[in-house]
Parts: sequence; C-alpha cells; structure tokens
Amino acid sequence: MSELANNFGRRLHYLNADYGVKSWLLTRDHKRIALLYLASISLFFALGGLMAVGIRLELATPGADLVQPDTYNRLFTMHGVLMIFLFLIPSIPATLGNFLIPLMIGAKDLAFPKVNLASWYVYNIAGLFTLWAVAQGGVDTGWTFYTPYSTTYSNSYVVATALGVFTVGFSSIMTAVNFIVTIHRMRAPGLTWFRLPLFVWAHYATSLVIILGTPVVAVTILMVAAERILRIGIFDPALGGDPVLFQHLFWFYSHPAVYIMILPSMGVISELITAFTRKRIFGYKFIAFASVSIAVLGFLVWGHHMFLSSQSVYAGAVFSVLSMLVAVPSAIKVFNWTATLYKGSVSWDTPMLYALGFIGLFTIGGLTGVMLATLGIDIHVHDTYFVVAHFHYVMVGGAIMGYLGGLHFWWPKITGRLYPVFWSKFSAIVIFVGFNLTFFPQFLLGYLGMPRRYHVYPADFQVLNVMSSAGATILGVGYLIPLFYFFWSMRYGERADRNPWGAIGLEWMTGSPPPTHNFHEPPTVDWDAYAYLPDTPGGTGEAWDAAKPTSEAPEHG
Amino acid sequence: MAEIHAPGLAHHFDSYQQQKEAAFFGMWVFLATEVLFFGGLFCAYLVYRSANPEAFAAGSRELDIVLGAINTAVLIGSSLTMALAVHAAQVGKRKMIAAWMGATILLGGTFLGIKVVEYSHKIHEGHFPGPNFVWHGPEVNVEMFFNVYFLMTGLHALHMIIGIGIMLVLIPLAWKGRFTPESHNYVEGFGLYWHFVDIVWIFLFPLLYLLDVG
Repeated sequence: MSELANNFGRRLHYLNADYGVKSWLLTRDHKRIALLYLASISLFFALGGLMAVGIRLELATPGADLVQPDTYNRLFTMHGVLMIFLFLIPSIPATLGNFLIPLMIGAKDLAFPKVNLASWYVYNIAGLFTLWAVAQGGVDTGWTFYTPYSTTYSNSYVVATALGVFTVGFSSIMTAVNFIVTIHRMRAPGLTWFRLPLFVWAHYATSLVIILGTPVVAVTILMVAAERILRIGIFDPALGGDPVLFQHLFWFYSHPAVYIMILPSMGVISELITAFTRKRIFGYKFIAFASVSIAVLGFLVWGHHMFLSSQSVYAGAVFSVLSMLVAVPSAIKVFNWTATLYKGSVSWDTPMLYALGFIGLFTIGGLTGVMLATLGIDIHVHDTYFVVAHFHYVMVGGAIMGYLGGLHFWWPKITGRLYPVFWSKFSAIVIFVGFNLTFFPQFLLGYLGMPRRYHVYPADFQVLNVMSSAGATILGVGYLIPLFYFFWSMRYGERADRNPWGAIGLEWMTGSPPPTHNFHEPPTVDWDAYAYLPDTPGGTGEAWDAAKPTSEAPEHG
Repeated sequence: MAEIHAPGLAHHFDSYQQQKEAAFFGMWVFLATEVLFFGGLFCAYLVYRSANPEAFAAGSRELDIVLGAINTAVLIGSSLTMALAVHAAQVGKRKMIAAWMGATILLGGTFLGIKVVEYSHKIHEGHFPGPNFVWHGPEVNVEMFFNVYFLMTGLHALHMIIGIGIMLVLIPLAWKGRFTPESHNYVEGFGLYWHFVDIVWIFLFPLLYLLDVG
C-alpha cells in the first residue's frame, strides 16, 4: 500500500484515509474537524431558523394569535442566542477557516490539533447546555441578558443559557489561539505576510477580536450567574449594583462580536471576487490593513449601544464619531472589491452571485449603521425594527451570504464533488430575493415607529409585516435547497478536479479532496497572492496553474 | 505508511524549534485572554471602589493583612520553585523536575489552606455576600466590597486549583522521563501559567488588603 493510493487503487485523501465513527470523533485532522463543525453548526442554524419561523408566523397578524406573549419573548431570545453564539460566531472560522487556513499557508495542520478537536467538543457541550435550556422552556431576557431583569426577575432558564454562552466562548478562544499561532509560526517557506491570501488576514483579525473580547463577556456572564444564584447585588441597583456596568462589559465584547461575524465573511468575498474576475485584487494591502483596523476600531465603539442608557452626551458624541470611523475601512473594502470588478473577466458562477449579493447587502447594512451611529437618528429609531433590519442586513445579508458563497466556492475542494449549477444559482437568487423581501420592509416599519420585541402591533403595520413574513418563507426555501443538493452531490455529484475554478492559491494546488497531510511535497512560495498577472501565460489561473509544479500525484480515479 | 519522527516532535512541525515557538506563543496568547478575563473583574472593582470609597476601605479593614502577606510570600516562593522545575527540565534532570513541582504543589496547597482559613472566618462573621450578609458599621454598600473580594480571590483560587491539577499530571510524566532538554514544552508552558497566576495575586493583594493602611 503506497502513500498515494489505497487498497482499491483510488487516490488516498483525508476522507478515505480511514473509516468509522471513531476515526471521525477522535480525529486531529483540521479538515475533518471542520466537517464536524459544519454538521454541528448546521443543526443550530436550523433550530435558530425554526424560532424565526415562529416569530414571523406570530407577526403575520397584528394580534396575539399564535403564541402567548411570554412564549414570544422566549422565541426571539432563543433565536438570537442560537444564531449569534452557536451559529454566526463559529460559522466561517470553525468550518472554512479550520479547513482552509493550513491549506492556504502550506502547513500540514493547525499548530494545536488536539486543542482544535477539544474546541469542537466544548462547542457541543455548550450546545447541550443551550438545548437543555430550550427544552426546559427557554429564556425570555433577549440575547443581551440585560440586568437586573436577567439576574433577579426573569422567571426563565437564564443560568443554563448563560452557561452555554460562557462555554461556547472557550471553544472560540481555542480556535482563535490556534489560528494566531498557526498563521505566525507555520507559513510555508517564502510565504511572507503580504503574500498571504486575504482570507487568512481576515481570520487573523477575527482571532484578535475573539481573544481580546470573549474573556470579558465570559467573566461578565459569570457575574450574572453569581448574582442570580447567590442573590448578591453586582448589577442589581436594589442591592447596590450598577446595571449600566453590565451593559458596558457586555457590549465591550458583543459589539466586537459583530466583527467576529463579518470579518471572515469579508475574507471569503475577497477570495471570490479575485477568483471570478481573473484579476489580482485591487489594493491588497489596504484590504489587509482594513481587516486589522476594523478589529481595532471595533473595540472603541461599544457605547453606541448605550446612547439611551444614562450615558453622558459627551460620551455619546465620542462613541458616535468613533462608530462612524468604522465605515472607513469597511468602505475601503467595498470600493476595492468594486475596483477589482472593473475591466475584470467576470464569470457568473454561483459563488460569484453570493459575492455580488454580499457587496450590495453589506453596503445597505453598513450605511444604515452610519445612520444609527448618528445620535439624533438613533434616539428616534432606537429599539425599533430599523435596528433589527440593519443588523440582519449585516449578519444575514453579509455574514451568511459570505458563508454560503464560501461553501459553494470550496465545496469541490472539501468533498471532491461538484454540485448542480442550475439549482445552486437558482437558490442564490431565491435567497437574495427572499432576504430583501424579509428585511427591507423592516427598515420602513422601524422608521414608522414599530418597536422590536413586541408580539402585537397596530393594524396599520400589517401589510409590511405580511411582506416580511412572506419573504421569510422564500428565504427559508432558499436555505433548504443547498441542503439537498449538497447532500446529493456528496454521492452523485460530478468529480471535481484539483482546481475547478482555475483559481490561484495553495489550496488549489493539492488534490480535491486534499490528502491527510495536505501536500505530498511541502510547498515553497515565490509569488504574490492572486498572481493573475498579464505576463503569466494567458493571464488566467488555468495557465498559471499548469505552469507551476504541482505537489499532487497523478489522479487514479 | 508510518513515518519516522523524532521523539516528542508532532508530525505537523518541521523542527523542535518550530514546535517550541508555537507552544510558547500559544501560551502567551492564552495568557492574554486570561488578562482580559480578570480584566472584567478589575474593571468592576474600579467602578465600585470609586463609587463607594468608604465602604471599600471599611471592607478592606476586615481582611487579615498578616495572612494576606504570608500568602503573598508563599506564592512568590512557589514561583521560585516552579522556575527551578523549568530549569531542571532544561538541563534534563527528570527527578528534579518532579521534586520542584512537588514543592510548588506544597506551597500552592499552603496558599489555598490559608485562603480557606480566611474564607471561613469571613463567612463566620457574616461577611459572605447574599441575603445573610451582616454589616453593623455606618458605611453603605460594604457588601459590594465582599462581592468583588470573593469573586476575584475565588477565581484566582480556581486558577491555582487547576494549576495544581495540571502539575499532578505532569509530575508522573516527568518522573518517567517524558521531558528532555530538547522537548519539555509542557513544563515550560505551564511555568508561564503559574507565574501568571502569581502575578494576578500581586495585584489582588494591595487592591483588596492594603486599601486603608497608614
């Protein structure tokens, strides 16, 4: 039995190197761990989606027809908790990041493979705490756990949920430490910082936010649990505490957490845009540093969640200006992506549809963010559906579009199979339409004054709410289609070759799927990222690819 | 196909040097998260002390400075023995690694023992926060001082207990000769952790015990 082929003469790769449940549950291969994460987060995405179905069904009519008010509070809280902590935060880093970072930098694995596996178990333990809370009846505090309601008055399962959020933080920290060390210490010879793919830069910036922010929310949640269990008054004003301190500590993490969700997605978009325009990305260093500056600025803006929480006007003004500054690096990215499109050889493959969708939707989400950072406007639309629409444009229109675009781009690399072109393009369009129909009316509703987190509303708002509920149905269908064809493709999809998109990057130089140790020959890099240069033969990825020595053995089947 | 590797070198590293750099760098990054973890509590301390200066001074007077000072000395001593264990690993004396770590456990245990005495004393006096908290003095909100005191020292003690648990795993490995001068990252990395826990106490002692001295 050789290193390159298994007993049946098939090319040996990470999926067929070993079989059985144990080979998966005890694996230390970053690629298999990425797939384990993919399974887990998909489950929580589906659960969070179910909660959203409940919310949109209730809001289809002005009255309280479907669920009790208390149930409604639990629905939107669990929707937020599941989607933010168990889906969005780990989504791209734990799946695509885990799979791709070692491949993109020419390493055999992440620096700490056992820690990586442990992080998946920690994630699932956190998921079990949260599921336990759901099974008991859920939480009604909102995902923000504001005190003293959460510590003293709420009659729901705060401690179990808090335990889940506390625990999932450790799995993020484990992943982030792994990424930072791997990116610093394990790059292939010749792969300097400014030759790294922008996906790697984005994950580096994300990891910085995770390691600096997550511990703070962990200790804050610990204080909430201590206050609730021991009946002491850390945040309860009736017992001498300060509830605003909770908000400061909570948002010190939870605002940067937004960048944990969006930065990896931006990294994906940078990869997609350059691959499908056959052009070196415009302003590489600007995009790289924009990721880092978003990570840094992200820690200085938390007060914009607290304009109406007894913060002084001066503090509010400072936080307002700092928040607007985040628009600068974000705009640098959007403009550079657009500039890359200019005179590019654009192909309309499925991942590119997601990338273009991302640019439009993220721009709307970002610009409404600038509106919300403006003190006068924020006071008007605070706690309305305008805010809900804004952060769904960033998180769903941004983060999830990037996540799905990335999944479609690297699916052939991950599974070695292609998915059906028609259905994938169809679902990308369905998602785009459904998304806008769901959330654009919410901007209007919020601007007209409909507050968030209520299960009833005046009859005047019904038309827009019905549009939103109808859009959510379309969006749900759009999310279900990929679930079917991805599973289908794993068995029946056409086999993908090493580089189905003709893209440039170390991950495309090894087999699809890659061998267990990623490369048969450790790669050396002597070219810049995205070297789609005019002087390269043909200027395309295929020609570039053919000209380079590959580290891959001949295909056997 | 089995590949032949140097002992103690994981397959995905090219050299001991790379493995060592990765291990230490990872430890430093982890310690950065620990700083932020305690940082949340230090932030709460800062806010509540500036809001209740008299209460914090009054609460601080209730603590036993002598026991706190003894504990500070004990903990600094344990950092010394830990450093000696790391040195023993660097020169390849496997029994000395185990012996110095054993000494570190003894000193850490002494610290925790003294902490238990202090805690039980406070609980006995009714200074444990909660519905049964008692305070007879004129100061308002002294309970907040004890909230912060128990949270900070409790979290610190938890870190020490975890540290002692890790040493109980490392000592048998050291005895069996798992750690060589080329490859002893667990010992040296753990040393960083132990020194960090020590340093946290160096901040806690003056902030909690010495508020109203002189």
